[in-house]
Amino acid sequence: MNLAYYPGCTLKNQGLGFETSALAAAQALDIEMKELDRWNCCGTVFSLADEDLMHYLAPMRNFVRVQEEGFDKVVTLCSMCYNTMKRTEQIVKDDPEKLKTINEFMYREEDYRGEVKLFHLLELFRDEIGYEEIKKRVIRPLRGLKVAPYYGCMLTRPKEIGIDDWEEPRIMEDLLSAIDAEVVKDPLRGECCGAYHTVNAKELVTERTRMIVSSAKKRGADCIMLSCPLCEFNLDLRQRDTAKEYTDFVGIPVVYFTQLLALALGLTEDVCRFDLHYIDPYPVLVEKNIIEEGEEVHGKKA
Amino acid sequence: MKLRLSVTTTNSALLAKVEEISGENLSKCYHCGKCSAGCPSLTNMDCLPNQVIRAVQLGDEKVLESETIWLCASCFTCAVRCPRGVDLSKIMEALRLLTLRKDVNHIEVKELTQEELDELPPIALVSNFRKMTS
Repeated sequence: MNLAYYPGCTLKNQGLGFETSALAAAQALDIEMKELDRWNCCGTVFSLADEDLMHYLAPMRNFVRVQEEGFDKVVTLCSMCYNTMKRTEQIVKDDPEKLKTINEFMYREEDYRGEVKLFHLLELFRDEIGYEEIKKRVIRPLRGLKVAPYYGCMLTRPKEIGIDDWEEPRIMEDLLSAIDAEVVKDPLRGECCGAYHTVNAKELVTERTRMIVSSAKKRGADCIMLSCPLCEFNLDLRQRDTAKEYTDFVGIPVVYFTQLLALALGLTEDVCRFDLHYIDPYPVLVEKNIIEEGEEVHGKKA
Repeated sequence: MKLRLSVTTTNSALLAKVEEISGENLSKCYHCGKCSAGCPSLTNMDCLPNQVIRAVQLGDEKVLESETIWLCASCFTCAVRCPRGVDLSKIMEALRLLTLRKDVNHIEVKELTQEELDELPPIALVSNFRKMTS
């Protein structure tokens, strides 16, 4: 399968390991993701005002780029990019009048024909590759590793664009079962992490981080698995601030779904990049005999 | 924030503006409180999410001063659960925009330290500025 890849800003910065692990895992599963030569910010948050066409320009421009490169499918990894772009995709598909207005405004670009389809990588694994196939390709089963999937907001809400049920999603649970990890079902898996409040109201986020991480830990999770670089920042690095505020707080590692998948597919540490997280996932991976003690990881011994 | 609700404060101009910006019909809400019950930001709010709707229904402009509208992080939990199909996240956005569209920021970007700017991922900064600045 061959399709365009839209990375988004944070995958080139703090979320680098998300990208490296995703590209390698996808390739191992015969998905060829070709990064767009040119792309711009998706806008991160979808404008909720009615008739706010101006704020659809950023995603639209990315769809034009996909079209220019001859693709009709594009995949993204970041939950926020997925949400913003999927909602725009639908609006201009459902409303030719809006599509026409935006095309006329962006007169220097070629007209967007409204035909590009956006996927989240998790959807490709479920619908195009299939969990049975993934299961067959597993080289290093994550047996014994207890993982709590965390969906946050943007993968499953609102209903019209969610990749799974908004109250009872299972897309990440099923992926974990395919790679032989143990699923820890946490009732807070769809609860907001505080999102962008992390910029101006850190204490709101540490309160959530404490609640969400402690809940997963209480249920026996060794780590939390997610798909959003903003959730990752809040649930991982903000554990540092949470521990300062709540002295009884004990954290667990937070990783991207692509990192665990890449690991299970037998890919090496240079693409998994567990070293980029604030809470080090290596000790628990060693403890569960998934990575051997002393195995070389980025020049340091696990 | 204390809300004094009375029929004498009814201001249909606010209601009309919010309905225009949000595209939502506020009179569909019958105040079952489901949005408030599921709101993850509730503990820090100064009035309940459904009270925000009530205030707008009655035209009480004090709702524009509430912390609640800024604490809403657009997580859409209320939107997927509302039995009346009201998308409260759009109403919250409309109320924020009534301030932001007057060129008034809710946060002071200059107060962010270099250390914070170095640490925060672009996804956090861009989304925050889109929601909190004009």
